Amino acid sequence: MATKLIGQNFVPHDVVAKVTGRAKYAEDFRADGMVFAKLLSSPMPHAKIRHIDTSEALKMPGVVGILSADDVPAFPPPQTPILAKDEVFYVGEPILAVAAVDEQSAADAIEKIKIDFEQLPHVLDPLDSLYPGGPNARLSGNVAAALINMQTVKWQASDFADDKVLPMGKPAETWSYGDIDAGFKDAKLIIDESFVTAGYSNHSMEPRTAMAYWQGGKCFLYGSNQSHTAAVPNIARYIGINPKDLVLIAEYCGGGFGSKIPGYPIMAVPALMSKKINRPVMMRITRLEEYAIGVARPTFQGRAKLGFAQDGRLLAADLYIVHENGPHIGAGDFRSAGNALSFMYQPKAMRFQAIPVLTNTPPRGPQRGPGENQLVPVIEPLIDKAARELGIDRVAIRKLNAPDGNSKIGGDQGPVTSAFIKEALDKGAAMFNWDERKARSGQKNGTKVTGVGIGQGYHSAGSNGFDGLLRLTPDGKLHVHTGIGNLGTYSHSATARVAAELLNVAWANVVIERGDSRLGLPWNSPQAGSLSASTESRTNYVAAMAMKAQLLDLAAQILGGSADDYEVGDEKVASKADASKSITYAQAAQKAIDLGGKYSGKEVPDDINPVTKDGVAMIAGTGLIAVAKDNLPRVGVTPGLTASFAEIELDTETGKFKILHMLTVADCGTVLHPQGLGHQIRGGNVMGIGMARLERHVYDPKLGIPAAALLYQAKPPTYLDVPAEIGFAAVELPDPQNPMGVKGVGEPPLGSGASAITTAIADAMGGHLFNRTPVSTDMILNELNGRPQAHKPLQVNSV
Amino acid sequence: MAHNDHGSHDGGEHHHEADSLVTYVQRSAPSRRAFIKGVIASGAAVSAAGYLFRAPGTGAAQAQPAAGTVERLVTLNVNGQSRRVDVVPNETLAHTIRYKLGLTGTKLGCDHGECGACTVMVDGDAIYSCSTLTHSVRGRKITTIEGIEGPNGQLHKVQAAFVAELGPQCGFCTSGQVVSAVALLNHNPHPTVEEARLAMSGNLCRCGAYDHYLRGVMRAAGEA
Repeated sequence: MATKLIGQNFVPHDVVAKVTGRAKYAEDFRADGMVFAKLLSSPMPHAKIRHIDTSEALKMPGVVGILSADDVPAFPPPQTPILAKDEVFYVGEPILAVAAVDEQSAADAIEKIKIDFEQLPHVLDPLDSLYPGGPNARLSGNVAAALINMQTVKWQASDFADDKVLPMGKPAETWSYGDIDAGFKDAKLIIDESFVTAGYSNHSMEPRTAMAYWQGGKCFLYGSNQSHTAAVPNIARYIGINPKDLVLIAEYCGGGFGSKIPGYPIMAVPALMSKKINRPVMMRITRLEEYAIGVARPTFQGRAKLGFAQDGRLLAADLYIVHENGPHIGAGDFRSAGNALSFMYQPKAMRFQAIPVLTNTPPRGPQRGPGENQLVPVIEPLIDKAARELGIDRVAIRKLNAPDGNSKIGGDQGPVTSAFIKEALDKGAAMFNWDERKARSGQKNGTKVTGVGIGQGYHSAGSNGFDGLLRLTPDGKLHVHTGIGNLGTYSHSATARVAAELLNVAWANVVIERGDSRLGLPWNSPQAGSLSASTESRTNYVAAMAMKAQLLDLAAQILGGSADDYEVGDEKVASKADASKSITYAQAAQKAIDLGGKYSGKEVPDDINPVTKDGVAMIAGTGLIAVAKDNLPRVGVTPGLTASFAEIELDTETGKFKILHMLTVADCGTVLHPQGLGHQIRGGNVMGIGMARLERHVYDPKLGIPAAALLYQAKPPTYLDVPAEIGFAAVELPDPQNPMGVKGVGEPPLGSGASAITTAIADAMGGHLFNRTPVSTDMILNELNGRPQAHKPLQVNSV
Repeated sequence: MAHNDHGSHDGGEHHHEADSLVTYVQRSAPSRRAFIKGVIASGAAVSAAGYLFRAPGTGAAQAQPAAGTVERLVTLNVNGQSRRVDVVPNETLAHTIRYKLGLTGTKLGCDHGECGACTVMVDGDAIYSCSTLTHSVRGRKITTIEGIEGPNGQLHKVQAAFVAELGPQCGFCTSGQVVSAVALLNHNPHPTVEEARLAMSGNLCRCGAYDHYLRGVMRAAGEA
């Protein structure tokens, strides 16, 4: 369809507030009588709490209250507790909070609290915990994740015979399809490599500060959250209240990258402290605290065995992942990684095995492309190795094994809605001048050597079943109510333009209602999982269709005849036969208010979510209200895919390399917002560069204390670590199972970008496989000079 | 201009390309050492946990006036206005402007001089306000993000360029990016991309919007 808004750049309504400093984040709010809370956190990686004595602290001047585990809802282990009770599991785990008239008084009071700890053995490496007699991260066990009950697993000492090969004892989860034995038997080339991918913190720039107070029985929480309505029930659960009694104000979110999806436990502390002391409470989270509780990507220790036919087709894949899961319920990255391998390279037969192992390190959770993105930077160099050994072009071998819309995914070999990664590889290769650049591969210029990289990324990128909510007011404005949150992707606005486009409303007449529960917000997807662009294109589509039907109906009621006699035009509804017979949208809105009932939101469809019903009730009677559930069909996974290309110049004398050129092409369906696409691709590539060469957890093995917690140690990329310019494009082929053709793209560029760098490094070094991320400068230098690496082959949380 | 040059984590591969700029930065930036010396001179201890100051007139402060908590009324020149404010010796400028002057556009991302979200200008130089003692900038011209717009609220050319290039993603680092860019262009109205990159390198962006911010800086410079 010809579009006026879709595919065009625009000025999102919240960007001027960001460049002028007027955008209010959680720490920018104040309330009368507000006090400050500070956390007391565990100084030990693993200990029993025998006794806590707060009597001296309570006597300190300015102290107004203490909140401990006894004051907050408890959840069955290994769910992440709000405050630790009898056992602490990592350095920095919150134990209690002190509220005082200022932070200095709270901090002084914390110094007076006496805690009697009994130190317990700690573990920082999953393989140490799986070794017979090895330490457990919890008294109750060492293996757990969602859907995997807490248990103690020890492998046989004989499993650990070779320290360079991943031991593969009994897994906690496995699936397979096809005949992998036959596949490996038929294979011309088998590549079998063990690998390590580092865990590291999300490092959101805005720490998870929150301010809360209670009024009229409701909790008002000013927090930093990626999502809005999808988070409310979960945050209410942490506070222990009915979701209806939580007013969440989250207009801006200073980064989350997966760590602030459905709310998070610490949000309950200022809320419950406020309830306890009956004063507004601000709890500012420090950078060190953010490192501890701000979620980290799980580490993988893995092994991939890949069997290729002579022509490069992947016949069999055998993947084992030991997933470092932190001390609590953690994340499911291992599952996503298995699915990603099965989908991205379409092995004819595959076996997946995994075990999530607990360590005394910060809690794990989603980080931008959880699972898929740490896997590909170690798998893509193996694909290149196969290409080299079989004499096949590196783009060609990827296209040969790439999925399309008929391909299957995962252990159950389910369907997907579309896949155009081959087209993305072609487009990227053309933009990159692949044939010309690959000729420079390995070329030396003095101490410099050129490396050419290519990487792919995948994440599921769409969902369905949520609600759309639109409102036309008598001033002629179209209000798009959205509950997806504001992570900075601008998808709240880009998807609102779907409704504006379909209803022929000028963008200047669109108001976006978001960020505050009191505005009447529908049940929408979390702003996570590359979901919102695709999912809320659907909800705004169905709501726009519902509003269109209402508008035609209202025109017939005002002007006579039946709805079929009318059509919607530029902010008016006109007779098909006589264009002069028309009503404006403003008139329709007034008529809807007069008629009430289903026109003004006083009656709503039965199938919408209760959260949406509550939202509609807040705005009922204020205009023409269209609310609808997205019941459009969607069968299978909606994949977002990217292909990245990079050229580097590696200095063999210093081990450092410069990224000379980098670009990424996305298969994200119809492009809603080109600048927004650029942000997701370039930002993802930047984080990918961090993954490939810089970021990792480092722990003191004896003391279990973090050594890379602050930003200068943890090394998120700066301006100087990344190219000044990163190219981007999209294949622009619509997804057939989205009414606007849209798929998401937030996550894949991280994985493809990281892979383009790891493959470029391997290329520059004559095909050498580090089988490890990040590939640090000293690792490169050690390899070039024949020196041993500082870390043991499969060691994690090390330098 | 550029302050506390964050540098490349991987070393200083770009420094040789802009030696004069580095020299400038080293000369003009209030260093961490100067900050610590300032704290020692004031007789207060600086806590790594940061921004832990007693609220004025609280029971806590009255009951136990510890070292470093005695307030002095000072006059600050902020965004062209004279602001009188009670300040304790170990108070940082970020704390004063956010919590006492109500200017919350300046953000605290790390409070350790690592991220640049708190960047403000003092006499036209970009500095980290989390690592600057308020007492040390008395009598100097302080410009926060709230003072960047024109007198009638028109966007500064850097702000307008950041809107046009869609500079921000989450927006938390944006105030600092704007102030750093304004300071850069005040000192060097027509920077090369390489100079702009170096000057902006003290401002971290976890969203990775560097490309968009740099385009914004160059666009603003083109309109200068």
